[in-house]
Amino acid sequence: MKRILYSQKIAPFIFVLPFVLTLAVFWISPLIKSGIMSTQNILPGVTESVGLKNFQRLFGDRLFYVALGNSIKYMLWTLLLLIPGPLILAVLINSKIGSDKFKAVFKSVLFIPALSSVVVAGVVFRLIFSESSTSLMNQIVAIFGVDPVKWLKNSGTGFFALLTLACWRWTGVNILYFLAGLQAIPQDYYEAADLDGASKWQQFWHVTVPSIKPTIVFVLTISVYGGLAMFLESFMLWGGNNSPQNIGLTIVGYLYRQGIERNNLGYASAVGIILLILVMAINIPQLIATGTFKKEER
Amino acid sequence: MSRATGELTAEARKFKRRLTVANWGMVALFVIIMILVLIPFWAIFIATFQDGNMIVRYGLNLGIDLSQASLENWVMLFTDSGQYFTWFFNSVFVTVVQVVLTLLISAFVAYGFAMYDFRFKNTLFVAVLLIMSVPFEMMMLPLYIQINDMGLQDTYTAVILPFLAAAVTIMFFRQYLRGIPKDIVEAGRIDGVSEYGIFFRLVLPLMKPAFAAMAILNGMSSWNNFLWPLLALRSADKYTLPIGLNTLLTPYGNNYDLLLVGSVFSLLPIFVLFIAFQRFFIEGMTAGAVKG
Repeated sequence: MKRILYSQKIAPFIFVLPFVLTLAVFWISPLIKSGIMSTQNILPGVTESVGLKNFQRLFGDRLFYVALGNSIKYMLWTLLLLIPGPLILAVLINSKIGSDKFKAVFKSVLFIPALSSVVVAGVVFRLIFSESSTSLMNQIVAIFGVDPVKWLKNSGTGFFALLTLACWRWTGVNILYFLAGLQAIPQDYYEAADLDGASKWQQFWHVTVPSIKPTIVFVLTISVYGGLAMFLESFMLWGGNNSPQNIGLTIVGYLYRQGIERNNLGYASAVGIILLILVMAINIPQLIATGTFKKEER
Repeated sequence: MSRATGELTAEARKFKRRLTVANWGMVALFVIIMILVLIPFWAIFIATFQDGNMIVRYGLNLGIDLSQASLENWVMLFTDSGQYFTWFFNSVFVTVVQVVLTLLISAFVAYGFAMYDFRFKNTLFVAVLLIMSVPFEMMMLPLYIQINDMGLQDTYTAVILPFLAAAVTIMFFRQYLRGIPKDIVEAGRIDGVSEYGIFFRLVLPLMKPAFAAMAILNGMSSWNNFLWPLLALRSADKYTLPIGLNTLLTPYGNNYDLLLVGSVFSLLPIFVLFIAFQRFFIEGMTAGAVKG
């Protein structure tokens, strides 16, 4: 027995066994269950199959569209803010300008917000964006002669607070991802470009960006995921799942409301399935188009 | 560079001046960004010396009202904070166990992916990639039911178990392992070390930088994990810190004094971990970069 388990043929399967087990028990089985639950009406003690009724109801549910719209808007904005900015900062850190010590401090300081829990971050930003005239944001706008704003009560300003929180927490993390990619680019690429008389800007577009494409794809993938699955930031910023006129309601927030707060497990599962389809519909074509699947097969 | 200091050509002088301007421009930009990033920390830190209910009414600010400032909140944290330190040590326990197990198991799995060719390898690997993009939030309800069926409700096992084979960590370790020469493995085989011995005795020690990077990332997400422990745990004396802190946020209670100091204090362990390991962290992140 021991001889078989220790053979070179069986060993790889033993190595990946913990993964296969976790995968089966904690991912695949809940996933299947989620699919089944989405076609059921689940009440304590009674579970009845209702076919696609949950989905039908979902497509006529105004609040679901509000949640969907908010999540998509949030995702698009975070892509717009959290990819180009951190990329440029990472390029600056990686350049020859400035002292390395200073840049190391910068890197570390920017990473610190990511260490804070969403509970703490949410409370801090809720109080910074408080509607009182003495709150930090209202004092800042007062400098420009603007009257105190009820930040978290209006859709636009509430969204601004949410995005500020997102940028604060994740800029440093994305910088690190990009930096890791940048440092893997061979220096001779730039020397060759220099010899050809390429400007810094041309070098950025024609050498840097193509070379770190895999990193950009990776950051894009986790950002799409993170954007569409966002819930806790909103939950903490508004101190619960109920924001005024649902301006902070997201897909997962709606899933939480239906599943946990209202105990509509079947309906909530249908919301979850739509979220899954949405994430996959964006990520799979993107991963195929950028050749990520093929590359990993090596 | 030093060779020509005395006799710089006009062009080189111009270049040098441009570099100095760029240098100071960058310093200015970075300083401004750092200040913006640190402002929330400063605001909440000084708030811990003020009356919590006043802060809730008037919002956070950068100035401190010295006439009102006191150490009361900090004294309360250490004398009369109810279950705060229970939650704190629960979090320490859960985080340490989760990080150690996740790193070991993920490294074990990643080694299988990196060093062997076997049937179903590609299929399994695509599974890793897909799992990375399945939102955990969509599975939390069935997972919750499943944990209950397994009789694991209100246990730390339930909190930790679903995250043990972490897809991102496996990806990262696998990438890192591909940079390790296979000769080591071959040499081990020739010396008669078993397949597992090679992993535990020869390869594991080489993975230290990758471990440092992933210890921080996994420690972070475990220490701050909120949604799943909120579902899995029921009794208040088992709560982890974020959930405990969240219970202080009731609309009825006036626990904001404790919430503010408690929040600041909760940042400490993860900061210390980060400062202690940051050199390895940044090195490790770079070594296992997502390369093409």
